[in-house]
Amino acid sequence: MNTRLLPLYATLLICLIAYAACLIQFPAMFSTRVAGNLLTDNAFLGIAAVGMTFVILSGGIDLSVGSVIAFTGVLLAVLITQHGVHPLVAFAVALAITTAFGAAMGIIIHYLQVPAFIVTLAGMFLARGMCFVMTTDSIPIDHPFYAALQGVFYRLPGGGRLTFIGCLMVAVFVVGMIIAHFSKFGSYIYAIGGNRSSAELMGVPVARTTIGIYAMSGFLSGLSGIVFSLYTSAGYSLATVGVELDAIAAVVIGGTLLTGGVGYVAGTFVGVIIQGLIQTYIVFDGTLSSWWTKIVVGVLLFSFIGLQRVLVVLSLRRSAAPTGG
Amino acid sequence: MKNMFIPAAARAAPQLGSLALILFLNYLAFPGFFEIRFQDGRLYGSLVDVLNRGAPIIILAIGMTAVIASRGVDLSVGAVMAVSGALAATMTVAGYPVPVAVIAAIGVGLLCGLWNGVLVAYFDLQPIVATLILMVTGRGIAQLITEGSIVTFNEPGLIFFGSGAILGIPVPILIAACLLAVTIVLVRRTALGLLIESIGVNRSASSYAGLNSKLLLLVIYGFCGVCAALAGIIIAADIRGADANNAGLWLELDAILAVVIGGTSLFGGRFSLIMSAIGAIIIQAMNTGILLSGFPPEYNLILKALVIIVILLAQSFSSLGGWAFLKGEFRAKGTRQQ
Repeated sequence: MNTRLLPLYATLLICLIAYAACLIQFPAMFSTRVAGNLLTDNAFLGIAAVGMTFVILSGGIDLSVGSVIAFTGVLLAVLITQHGVHPLVAFAVALAITTAFGAAMGIIIHYLQVPAFIVTLAGMFLARGMCFVMTTDSIPIDHPFYAALQGVFYRLPGGGRLTFIGCLMVAVFVVGMIIAHFSKFGSYIYAIGGNRSSAELMGVPVARTTIGIYAMSGFLSGLSGIVFSLYTSAGYSLATVGVELDAIAAVVIGGTLLTGGVGYVAGTFVGVIIQGLIQTYIVFDGTLSSWWTKIVVGVLLFSFIGLQRVLVVLSLRRSAAPTGG
Repeated sequence: MKNMFIPAAARAAPQLGSLALILFLNYLAFPGFFEIRFQDGRLYGSLVDVLNRGAPIIILAIGMTAVIASRGVDLSVGAVMAVSGALAATMTVAGYPVPVAVIAAIGVGLLCGLWNGVLVAYFDLQPIVATLILMVTGRGIAQLITEGSIVTFNEPGLIFFGSGAILGIPVPILIAACLLAVTIVLVRRTALGLLIESIGVNRSASSYAGLNSKLLLLVIYGFCGVCAALAGIIIAADIRGADANNAGLWLELDAILAVVIGGTSLFGGRFSLIMSAIGAIIIQAMNTGILLSGFPPEYNLILKALVIIVILLAQSFSSLGGWAFLKGEFRAKGTRQQ
């Protein structure tokens, strides 16, 4: 059996078991409403997590995600509400800025050979600081175009709503899977994550790919910010603190190796859904507090990191053992 | 420390120079900046305030220096601060004597640090990954301890750690200074500092040379946890309450920044505790300066980001051999790709 797929299967199994356990306790959770809300409520996290998957697959990390989401939200609110810009124009401006921001971080990481975590840390400060400089208030967005987008949904049998942002998240995951597994860029990412030096020797354009990865993460963070502002109809500079940790947790729980090179975008989707399930369970239970989410996610994080460590040790041992016989 | 004074001072020149510059700018923004007065049995003044508010960052930076020198990083210190502050506050409110609560809080910090150390040393996890687990879980645990509310207390014994004074000197400054002195003596008067540096430079070589690197790593992370717990107690005592969500939020970044400003490389190896402390004071002087000058405190984050970028540029240029080498590198890459 392919040990690389094992974490993915484990994630799927945990997701199914968790859902089954939820159903036994709260049969009402078996409804399209819950499923629809699961997609809608986690849309912004899922989109950011796709970008994070690529970054982690390449052996890096992006801590700026949460701040960039908040930055996008505040920028949109300022542009649309205070300056009367049409949302579509504001979206384009926001995406351009966040993509350039990600690319700039990629350039620093690659050409200055600085650890990704400290560069993106600076990026996190910078983006959050820019939010505060624009405004420290929570600005509502009240625009007919927003209302129109929020009103777009497909009514599922059973009363559930497949909203625009939920569908957008699924679409981003599909595109992410295509990029990861069926494009040159995707195989470059896996190659760099597996072993940077050998990837470079094999002729992988490391510079272009690294910058592309962080630019893509910036773009997806921006998109996630747009989704978040559609979700909350407001821009607030203190929003989405720590979303980067949720995204990293989703990626790791989804079976991606934090050292890079191994993992699947689909796994990240399951990781996001597991986190959403925990929150839904807490809402259904009503007596548990939301801090349990953090603890359960931490425990899952630890289990998956442990599982992968064991797999890596096992595969090292197997490759060290004499072949044949 | 054993070097002659002059070279050490020369090496510290950029940091001391920038500290002097920031203090001078603070003086321009607020002419009373250097005034120190003695009132109600303790020292007051902006300079004292910089040291007092900077004490938790100095304490964190001491632990973080050891971790970074061993080529690691501890992202969980902010969360550990929240846990230990929550425990100290909750136990005090529950009626335990203050020494018991403080020792328990330091103990839980030690446990958190040892947990990180076990993951790094014995499970061979990357330090970022290993400490990330506690970074995520820690605030949840802290909220579990405080049961989701902000626990406030009025116990003078615990408040003493935040706003008390001995011989006129605020207690946080004393704690930070004592910890700094003890740690410097420990690492520089024994071989400990050298061993930490050797792990940071090459862990497997150090192990082959007979160094029990696993145990040493465990001790380093445990020590970092204790430092985080001390900082957490001071912060909780200062605001007379334990806020599981916000206590120590982003302070791990300040601590890392302090160490980096102090000149310790993120790739391990040579470190200087006193320079990290100066780095922490520089950060706090910037914070205080922004507050005093009337700028919104929000500018702080941007300023910090710019400082990180400038330092990274400087460090990476010097490690790559400066502009000339970098240009050569670009050219070489360009020709290789064509």
